[in-house]
Amino acid sequence: MSTFEPVLTRNTRRPDSEKIATYLANGGYQATRMALKMQPDEIIEMVKRSGLRGRGGAGFPAGVKWGFMPKDAPQKIVAVNTDEGEPGTFKDREIVERDPHSVIEGVIIAAYAVGANRAYVYIRGEFFLGVKRWIKAIADAYEHGFLGKDILGSGFNLDMSVHRGAGAYICGEETAMLESLEGKPGNPRLKPPYPAQTGLFGLPTLVHNIETLACIPHIIERGAEWFAGIGTAESKGPKIFSVSGHVNRPGNYELPLGVSLREIIYEHAGGIRNGRALKAVIPGGASTPMLPADQIDVPMAFETLKAIGSELGTGAVIVMDESTCMVQAARRLTKFFAHESCGQCTPCRLGSTRLYEILDRIERGQGKKGDLELLLETVQGIDGTTFCPMGAALVNPARSAIRHFRDEFESHLANKRCPVNGR
Amino acid sequence: MTELVTLSIDGKQVTVPKGTLVVDAAKQAGIDIPVFCYHPKMEPAGMCRMCLVELGRPMIDRATGQPVLENGQPKIQWAPKLETACTNVVSDGMVVLTRSEKARAGQQEILEFLLTSHPLDCPVCDKGGECPLQNLTLDYGPGKSRFLYNEKHHAEKHVPLGELIWLDRERCIQCGRCVRFQRLVAGEPVLAFDERGRDTEIITNSEPAFDSIFSGNTTDICPVGALTTADFRFGARPWELKSAASLCAQCPVGCNITFNTRREAKSGGRVVIKRVMPRQNEEVNEIWICDKGRFAYHFTESEARLRQPLIRRNGQLQPASWEEALDLAAAKLKAAGKDALILAGGRLSNEDLFNLKKLADGLGAQSVLYTHVGGGDLVTQIGLASGTNLADLGKGDTILVAACDLYEEAPIWWLRVKQAADRGATLIVVNARATRLDKHAGYVVRYAPGDETVTLQGLLKQDKIGAAIREAGNLLVFYAADGLDLNGSTSVAAACANLLIETGHFGRPNNGLIGVWPHANDQGAWEIGFRPEADLAAALKGKTVYIAAADPAGDDPRLAKALQDAGTVIVQELFQTATASLAEVVLPAAAYTEREGTFTSGERRVQRYYPAVPRWAETKADYVITAEIGQRLGLDLEAGAPALVFNRLTAEITAFAGLSYRKLAEVRPQWPIVGRADLYYGGTTYENKQGLGVHLAAAASAGESPHLPEVRKGSGPRPQEDALLAVPVTKLYDLGVTVRSSVLLEARIGLPAITIHPLTAEKMGLKAGEKAMIGLGGHENEVLVKLDETIPAGVALVPRSMGLPVSAPAPLSVGKAK
Repeated sequence: MSTFEPVLTRNTRRPDSEKIATYLANGGYQATRMALKMQPDEIIEMVKRSGLRGRGGAGFPAGVKWGFMPKDAPQKIVAVNTDEGEPGTFKDREIVERDPHSVIEGVIIAAYAVGANRAYVYIRGEFFLGVKRWIKAIADAYEHGFLGKDILGSGFNLDMSVHRGAGAYICGEETAMLESLEGKPGNPRLKPPYPAQTGLFGLPTLVHNIETLACIPHIIERGAEWFAGIGTAESKGPKIFSVSGHVNRPGNYELPLGVSLREIIYEHAGGIRNGRALKAVIPGGASTPMLPADQIDVPMAFETLKAIGSELGTGAVIVMDESTCMVQAARRLTKFFAHESCGQCTPCRLGSTRLYEILDRIERGQGKKGDLELLLETVQGIDGTTFCPMGAALVNPARSAIRHFRDEFESHLANKRCPVNGR
Repeated sequence: MTELVTLSIDGKQVTVPKGTLVVDAAKQAGIDIPVFCYHPKMEPAGMCRMCLVELGRPMIDRATGQPVLENGQPKIQWAPKLETACTNVVSDGMVVLTRSEKARAGQQEILEFLLTSHPLDCPVCDKGGECPLQNLTLDYGPGKSRFLYNEKHHAEKHVPLGELIWLDRERCIQCGRCVRFQRLVAGEPVLAFDERGRDTEIITNSEPAFDSIFSGNTTDICPVGALTTADFRFGARPWELKSAASLCAQCPVGCNITFNTRREAKSGGRVVIKRVMPRQNEEVNEIWICDKGRFAYHFTESEARLRQPLIRRNGQLQPASWEEALDLAAAKLKAAGKDALILAGGRLSNEDLFNLKKLADGLGAQSVLYTHVGGGDLVTQIGLASGTNLADLGKGDTILVAACDLYEEAPIWWLRVKQAADRGATLIVVNARATRLDKHAGYVVRYAPGDETVTLQGLLKQDKIGAAIREAGNLLVFYAADGLDLNGSTSVAAACANLLIETGHFGRPNNGLIGVWPHANDQGAWEIGFRPEADLAAALKGKTVYIAAADPAGDDPRLAKALQDAGTVIVQELFQTATASLAEVVLPAAAYTEREGTFTSGERRVQRYYPAVPRWAETKADYVITAEIGQRLGLDLEAGAPALVFNRLTAEITAFAGLSYRKLAEVRPQWPIVGRADLYYGGTTYENKQGLGVHLAAAASAGESPHLPEVRKGSGPRPQEDALLAVPVTKLYDLGVTVRSSVLLEARIGLPAITIHPLTAEKMGLKAGEKAMIGLGGHENEVLVKLDETIPAGVALVPRSMGLPVSAPAPLSVGKAK
């Protein structure tokens, strides 16, 4: 087992880790003090050099995004994404519940660097504790002078508040989140314009996932080079992997990017439960293509997973052992996406339901000849035709399951029963 | 100069202005890109994904900034996925493939998805035959579906969105055109999407439901049969309908419309109007009409229409032949000579009015226009002229709306003024009370009742408002008679005219005065020489009165009294009105839908309308009746085709010089292209092939310098301390003779109601929605009480044409209902 000193979760095991006193006693808000003495451009350069990429799923280089924010706009906003709706992902929840101040620090530094004086936190409505922790942490930060007017005597002002979501997966998509923040139905917006030009309330807006923001104080304190020294060629820094499914020790594991999927499953998460054999892994949350057991030596990095036809996504590892019916898995995952489609565009609204219906009848032993081809053609009809990236995401469970476990689908069709569980 | 961009669409080189969307560029080049959610009058939404195309741009060498060449041709960087033509803006060298294998596959997928959730009840669907989904399926669809019929989605099929519009949830394809129309075009966001995913559905979120006066337009742009009008649904198949170009006669805007007609058994074999559709005129109504225009046409085929001439015998009106009736009318008028008075309403055409005027002149009699809005002579001088289009107004321009509730009085002007304000024009609203235009206004000026004229006179002295008027690139002034009578309105018109003249905003396009008249052709009457009479009751005294298309007795008991005291009354009408009941001779007129003619709009645009249905019973066109009376008096009046009357009119009335029916029928290419086989693009609005009309020349445009009109000194009537002041206001849906036959509008017309300030109500012990008795002009009426805290205390708004005697501001007493 490789040893790795936790960065993002260094505080989370401490008692009262969420409290500002604990945070301050462990070196908290030092990065803010340092950053507020730096030039904003210097910070942006530093983040660019660190190689930090967004942790929300798309992996866009954070520093580049900061550079997109217009310099001359009089009002700018930072929007903080704690929606964490991706099935299998529970890292943001741990951060906000156990170390919210690390994110606040990230927000202050990011806002200072891009010249924003207002930050909005969007949090998944079901994160009841998370909401409380966010509100308390922000109040404490105000009390200690880390938020509000003239932060630490720097002349920089920043106000921050929390807004609860109402339970839509799509509100994790940045423009849908902005719509929701504005009090409208959470439907994605047309891009361009991108949020950096026209974001929340029409103002230039920097949108980040909170794990991304939690990296920022460490980059300031320890330097871009330290951060860039962790990970692989194109994937830098530490990452929290949420491991769930058929493993002995499900949970969050902070490891350097580039760690192998095998190490995560067998060394950190304690291997497959009940001594069963591994069958498939979804490496980055429900929307990323699943991998068969023989591909788990892949390093968990943006570029390496892409090379084998999957994605790092949010780094949520969902493990399925040999008792899993892959048709059932694909059906259940697709049901989720059909349920969560915002309904705005035709292929997602209707295609997702069609996909689900075909998978459902195959699983029930009522599949018809040609259904597999129909599935793949329907996938083709959705992928690349939708309004937002959700279309590309929603076809992944079905497509990747067929790619790696085609015989299981064919067996369902031929024998009208499941070869795995016999039903 | 507009910058142009050249791109290639399906191998065709297309040059269009910079900023054009790919879908529009294709349309201009005659190439169809199928769409459902996109509509050329609205910003793109990119939702339906029907317009998927392959799209490439020239590859640019980052180092040199020059295009990368391949075999001497620019190398094209193709977008990795299909792109929506409705959200992409053209760029130089762009290459678009709309019918490539990949594009067609994408388009097919979208159609197949839509059809899997569609009921395919085309055989009973009102849209069948003019349905974009049906048409595009034939052109772009996959031919057969791979999905299972028993997995079809089912939903409610008969959902009333309001009393005018029905929704079929199964047919809806969630394109959102209706939602976006209400939000972006109408500015009345009363529709919305509810739920999500496959459960997404259209709802109305207003109370009353679908509370908009533009709701019918959503049925024109709905690309399926999801939205239908309560009026037309299950009424006829589109292919059975004939169409006749016409004009809406409900207000002075002059919206271009098309009557769809059918001969049908259930109407006794008659040809009847089945529906009213907008007809494109981008300078008048674009492709929209209001709900009054769409639904209030039923008066033309009401069973209550007069069928034959009537003559009073032994105190009773009894059927007579035309010969008898015309002889009698002619004899009475001849006997009266210059003691005759001709009273005409603005519902009449230019031709009708011209003949009436010639008759009056022949008799030496007075020709009076029946209206409560004055100042048309000023509009003749400094009204709008050729080249005017409200769509041209925007930043740097100013629009002033004075003593007028544009929303209720002329909805499409309200819409276009709102849009000009959206484009950046400065809107100044001057009124005694709040109206729906206020929220779009840059400046709202309130005056106490009675101060309307001094307030308008003082506008130039106010810093910002004065500057907005003085420095306006273009200045338009709308005025009417909100809360006023004819005298007040005349005074307001004069004050408005002074603003225009003093600041030099007249005699050129997009500048001038617009009277918001109660009827379609009041301006025509002014141009032809009719003038209103300040004290009509006095003027009627002892006269032989020939009244056409006006119901003074129905509007005002004092006028009824005056008519009873007058000599002979001859009435030419559609219905047996209160006025007709006082007549000695009643002459049944044909409705305008039954004949040809022209109206002059408030913008001074002369437009033609054409016959849609055969004449009702024994009726005759107004100009014919007048001509036949005139002939009996030895006057040379034209009773032939309206075009012949119009020729005489143009020869005599300077403003009409040079016009002819032929000229009025001229058309020019309009954008967006609508009404052709490509219904998916603009909707079912009709293309205008019958004439865009021509502006009258304003006297000022011809170089005549206008005289500064004299403005009434002092104030108008004010509320007295011990009594309420009833002020007349106009309601869109009222009990006017051309409205009340449309039973569909009953709920919108409602009961007669007065509106008072909550404090006034409290003082009188009245609550909103309660009934009260009002005393007005010596008459008692039961009314509902409405409250509005934006109106001045001491004032009661009393609607015109609702059976309440309110022709002028007057004291009002209010008591509990019995």
